[in-house]
Amino acid sequence: MPEFTKTTLSNGLTVLLKEIHTAPLISSWMWYRVGSRDEAPPLTGISHLVEHMQFKGTPKYPASIMDKAISRDGGMWNAFTFLDWTTFFETMPADKIDLALRLEADRMRHSVFDEKEFASERTVVASEREGNENEPLFQLGEAIQQAAFRVHPYHHEVIGDMADIQSMTRDDLYHHYRTYYVPANAVMGVAGDFKTKEMLSRVKELFGKIPSGATPPRLARSEPEQRGEVRLSIEGQGETAYLEVAYHFPAASHQDFFALSVLDSLLAGPSNLNMFGGGGISNKTSRLYRALVDKELAVSLSGGSTTTIDPFLYYITLTIHPKRTPDDALAALNVELQRVQDELVSKEEVSRAIKQARANFAYGMENITNQAFWLGYSEMFADYDWFLTYLDELAAVKPKDVQRVARLYLRPQNRVVATYIPAEKGE
Amino acid sequence: MCAQRKSSLALISSLPGPEDVYRKVLSNGITVLCRANFNSPSVSINGYINAGSLFDSDEKLGLADFTASALMRGTEKHSFDSLYNELEAVGASLGFDAGVHTTGFHGRALAEDLTLLLDLLSETLRRPIFPDAEVEKLRHQLLTGLAIRAQDTSDMADLTFDEILFQGHPYARPEDGFPETIQAITRQDLMEYHRKSFGPREMVIAVVGAVEPKKAMDATGRVLGDWENPNQVDLPVMSEPKRLDETIKRHVKIDGKSQADLIIGTNGPRRTDGDYLAAALGNSILGQFGMGGRIGDAVREKAGLAYFAYSGLSAGIGPGSWSANAGVNPANVNKATDLIVKELKRFVKSGVAKEELSDSQANFIGRLPLSLESNSGVAGALINIERYSLGLDYYRKYPDLVKSVTRSAVLEVARKYIDPDRLAIAIAGS
Repeated sequence: MPEFTKTTLSNGLTVLLKEIHTAPLISSWMWYRVGSRDEAPPLTGISHLVEHMQFKGTPKYPASIMDKAISRDGGMWNAFTFLDWTTFFETMPADKIDLALRLEADRMRHSVFDEKEFASERTVVASEREGNENEPLFQLGEAIQQAAFRVHPYHHEVIGDMADIQSMTRDDLYHHYRTYYVPANAVMGVAGDFKTKEMLSRVKELFGKIPSGATPPRLARSEPEQRGEVRLSIEGQGETAYLEVAYHFPAASHQDFFALSVLDSLLAGPSNLNMFGGGGISNKTSRLYRALVDKELAVSLSGGSTTTIDPFLYYITLTIHPKRTPDDALAALNVELQRVQDELVSKEEVSRAIKQARANFAYGMENITNQAFWLGYSEMFADYDWFLTYLDELAAVKPKDVQRVARLYLRPQNRVVATYIPAEKGE
Repeated sequence: MCAQRKSSLALISSLPGPEDVYRKVLSNGITVLCRANFNSPSVSINGYINAGSLFDSDEKLGLADFTASALMRGTEKHSFDSLYNELEAVGASLGFDAGVHTTGFHGRALAEDLTLLLDLLSETLRRPIFPDAEVEKLRHQLLTGLAIRAQDTSDMADLTFDEILFQGHPYARPEDGFPETIQAITRQDLMEYHRKSFGPREMVIAVVGAVEPKKAMDATGRVLGDWENPNQVDLPVMSEPKRLDETIKRHVKIDGKSQADLIIGTNGPRRTDGDYLAAALGNSILGQFGMGGRIGDAVREKAGLAYFAYSGLSAGIGPGSWSANAGVNPANVNKATDLIVKELKRFVKSGVAKEELSDSQANFIGRLPLSLESNSGVAGALINIERYSLGLDYYRKYPDLVKSVTRSAVLEVARKYIDPDRLAIAIAGS
């Protein structure tokens, strides 16, 4: 694996650089330690709206100019807001990366947040939320988060509540932007076809002069332990029922995360942690597929957790067979989850999970954007070493570790059981 | 200047070309394309056989799709579970999907497992046995998929759009069929369809990744070189789709939806048509460049009506469609429709500006290394080169081809296809 360089500029901006000379491309990512977990009503969704407004221009690069400049040079750019972070990236032909660096430095400090642009973007985001609301699994996911987190701000969806999207003001957004978009609260990751010394010097030139700003505090409201299974149901259109079961799971930096990743692979097939280019490994010989889909209680199933700073959730999602009910599927699911707690899994199953993870990592290495993604992403919940040692950590997992974490986390008292009941099959 | 020159050379030489793409036609008619990429220890395969839903009767629509999905449900050597166990145990994947003209396949694995992947591809293509119990399980899965489709505003708008635009033509029919046609298909139908339409003639496969091309070529020849099917029939000849005489608008009502999907469009060129590239560049200006071109600018950026608004060209073996898509609040459907139609009118009346065209030309050329970075990206590109007879030097010539498109060529192709008074308009939602 190629070497990387990690350094912190005098204003607090952390910079990770990795040379990759396989294609004439460079991918640059800017990460801010702010996400939906830093929000409270009536400003849920504000991090996501601020992310949108970052595309609406600065005095130097007005909105339409930024888009066109990136596209003209054959680049790709986008941004994502999540529970713990907000990120912006550009992947460009190597000789065009300077444009992206200049844009990113400029909008860290000089975004306009024009009132008229905000009015139009508010309705765009409302429309994004309406698109999400069309999906039964979004409705279920939102209800699960509300039920699983009473205290912790993981309580609400990243996109926020419609009431807040409709009511927050331009000044709310601008204040959020100026509070969190400061070098001391940011991590920059750049990978691709450059020389480290030259890239570092250019990064210092463009970003080094931006005033450090105060490191903003993060909302810290720990979720008390759940005492007993929570059940909920949603009714909606259509004829297909869904069952989603969510278990409280540890933070990505917790040592149990690795044994749980192996457990997830055995139960529901390997999760893909890459943002670009991994995945695609099916789960048809996973334990839950065999017990639920092969046995015609469900027609499909998926499982997965995510890498977060604070404990979040592990989801098992089932599309229920038209001739069965969510309760039938839950009963069979319980039997399988009990089995993994009662009986040691085989060494072969563990090594299979490790090989699957190795394959997913290899697929993710095919593109530079994904390799640049990992530089900063891992820093959002742990550090880059977490990524570099991930496969070794998995390889150290033993069958008894899998059993221990299954017993510790996959308890009914630790879960939310949610069903989507189609109206046609309801009362 | 020096840096730029170095980079342009690097750009061109990083693209697939005649000296690093190996092509061979096996004696049974299979075309094999291989290209090495040792940047990651992985490999991708991609390809198609010459069988698709064009063979499907109206009563059994979805047969090609059902068959493609059933190939991996059991073979002479492997049960469904043991076949997937071989793949999943090594983190590999393999899948099939049927289109109108072809049935495609795609797979990936660590390079050390390429032989396994090719063996399983050959076995599932050639020796599926369609076990009864598995066919019935699959049928329920397909029917559930169709029930979900009926609730999906995007899928239903697509389906309705094709029904309007291609009325009376095979392209009007959804490849995955309808509940009653899926119910009508028997195991015998799957076996018969496989026997008649699956064969090596005109099959194409690309293998890209961390393996020497010669080895990849030999390994492919070894597993597929002896495939023969004297019964393989040709796809029926397809008529030309008729153009609409007037604008036709249809609204599919789906209760309980916060957002409606809107598609407005018309016919488009074939991928092999001489004016395809002019249409593609015109489409970029109309609804792709930056944040969705002119349509994105009007509907999303200025009016704030939609999270997504763009236009697309679906050019394939036959004449495709050219359409604008947007997801909008049900109360804003008419407003968004008016804005899109206004942009279409402007597009065919005044064409595109010099700067707009040069921007999109620069984008088409500049984005190539990015689109051809991954093994699956390159494999897909090689398949297109073969499917549309573009020539192995296509990506080397591509910058010049793109630059040669003129404003008048864009205007001409826009006027040839888009008539704002004869549009298909499909809406799905509450």
